[in-house]
Amino acid sequence: MSDLSIKDHPVLGPAPVRRRVTVYYEGRPVEAAEGETVASALTRAGIKVFRTTEKTGEPRGLYCGMGRCSDCMMVVDGEPNVRTCVTPVRDGMRVEIQHGLA
Amino acid sequence: MELLEREIVVIGAGPAGLCAAIEARRTGAEVMLVDENSRPGGQLFKQIHKFFGSSEHHAGTRGYDIASELCRQADSMGTEMWLDTVAYGIFPEGVGLVKNGENYIVKAKKIIVAAGGSEDPAAFKGSTLPGVITAGAAQTLANVDRVLPGKKIVVLGSGNVGLIAAYQLMQGGAEIMAVVEKKDHIGGYGVHAAKLRRAGVPILTESVVTEAVGKDSVEAVTISAADAEGRPVPGSERTIEADTLCIAVGMSPLTELLWQAGAKFSYVQELGGFVPLHDEHMMTTLDGLYAAGDVTGIEEAPIAMEEGNIAGISAACACGHIGPDAAAWLCAAAQQRIRSLESGSFGDNRWAARHRLLDSMPRKE
Amino acid sequence: MKEGIAYSGVPSEEELAACPGVPSRARMARGAVAYIECVQCIPCNPCQQACPQGAITVGTPMTNMPVLDENKCVGCGRCVSKCSGLAITVINKACGGGLATLDFPYEYLPLPKVGDTVEAADRLGQAVCPARVLAVRSDGGDEGTRVIRIEFPLDEADRVRTIRRLKPEV
Repeated sequence: MSDLSIKDHPVLGPAPVRRRVTVYYEGRPVEAAEGETVASALTRAGIKVFRTTEKTGEPRGLYCGMGRCSDCMMVVDGEPNVRTCVTPVRDGMRVEIQHGLA
Repeated sequence: MELLEREIVVIGAGPAGLCAAIEARRTGAEVMLVDENSRPGGQLFKQIHKFFGSSEHHAGTRGYDIASELCRQADSMGTEMWLDTVAYGIFPEGVGLVKNGENYIVKAKKIIVAAGGSEDPAAFKGSTLPGVITAGAAQTLANVDRVLPGKKIVVLGSGNVGLIAAYQLMQGGAEIMAVVEKKDHIGGYGVHAAKLRRAGVPILTESVVTEAVGKDSVEAVTISAADAEGRPVPGSERTIEADTLCIAVGMSPLTELLWQAGAKFSYVQELGGFVPLHDEHMMTTLDGLYAAGDVTGIEEAPIAMEEGNIAGISAACACGHIGPDAAAWLCAAAQQRIRSLESGSFGDNRWAARHRLLDSMPRKE
Repeated sequence: MKEGIAYSGVPSEEELAACPGVPSRARMARGAVAYIECVQCIPCNPCQQACPQGAITVGTPMTNMPVLDENKCVGCGRCVSKCSGLAITVINKACGGGLATLDFPYEYLPLPKVGDTVEAADRLGQAVCPARVLAVRSDGGDEGTRVIRIEFPLDEADRVRTIRRLKPEV
């Protein structure tokens, strides 16, 4: 687990042990905790670019975290426009940067 | 598509919706409680700090424990909970719901909309860069999924949301480089700001963010002094290293369902923008349609709970489950508690705004 | 920049002097007493119920600033972990030996250990002097808010409000 993981917390206590699963970001394996969102797993791995815009190809990433803004949308298991901030990880899930409208 | 019939449908299972459900169930009314998330509790479940208010509002209890307690109560009282369910419209035929890809229209005697609020955006050069996130998103990452959005964080906005989020991110191990505030004073409670100052966090008033700098994500944040109108003063820019910029510049009520249903609105600055007109029973200009919580004006959880109480009791009374005298007594007690919460320099103007709103409610002939 | 908690997050001398939760210098000189640094009217009153001696009063409306009855207060410190705003400490200027102690709320990791030397800090988070950790406790089963007691030179007692956070062990 990387630097960004909160392993112990003054109020929440030690992080609960959760089953590890693997999601694939652009073909690269990324370790995730069962039950967490795709966005959280990618953020923990230091991944920030989730998609690029249609006209100018600018990078976009997690913004609202509640499924409202569409900036976190990625292609998940071949399906575009998946809001990764409200989608739980699944072992073997394939996650790709969504370029434009896919 | 399936057609259903229910007595009271509550949309939104945050503190207002949960309290409405609990009070309505207490009278024996049937309640269906709907929420688009997979867990109820609204914003409470990611709040790890101890709440304010009084013991009736669970003061001194951490947000996620308040959420658990309210959920437990609603559940144990037999509330019909529909989670992962989107309420997409309120029609003459009923409330439109989608759950697991299935469409439902629920004909309800009374509907209570407790949809909450959402964070306002801020626009400046680089504001779309990955690494710019809302304070709420940062709290969900840190307090629910135990991951920091970054290690060096600038927070834009010094209302309670920004101050609390900054503190929580520090508790998670991040460094808060600065809290940036446009006005000459801090928006939130002094005690929240004092915690940050004791931890050495600079609170930069009369300042604005002019740029989030970086190629594919935030690498630095440029901050300028702000004039009395909140505009950047040229030549006053300085750039500080940061990998995350948290936006906490305000919230607005999530009122789409009420607009779509045809309720009448008023623009009230103190409450966060357009809010639905309602009477003292929290009923909108549409008969049988109630609203409670942040959707009626951005305030705090204890007030959302009291408005939920009033809406739940009033809806149940209109269905005949509790007599009007008993309902009036309970609602008056809740109004008293709201008055107590909406006093002092932080609350007086919202109490005044609440009354202007009540006065502008069209009277029934 | 204007002075005061609403402008900087640091209460001004005037705000502290006018605050009904702040004990008198005479009372502080006699021994351990609560120091309630709650200088704004906000809707909040758990401190009232927290005190077993009934020394804290908020009353109605609950936005009143808490009033400390410094003669009823015995400095037990039950209130320290109960304040949602982390605004209460217990200060003891009568320990003798030119020393003072402060009980303050702390919600960070890592926690210091009893016997450690730490950096006592002021309201701006600046280091004031070294301090020795005498106690680290959690009251009433609330693990989240620890109460730490530090000992330091008496002449810094008006400045010291907390400690500088410890670096995580690598």
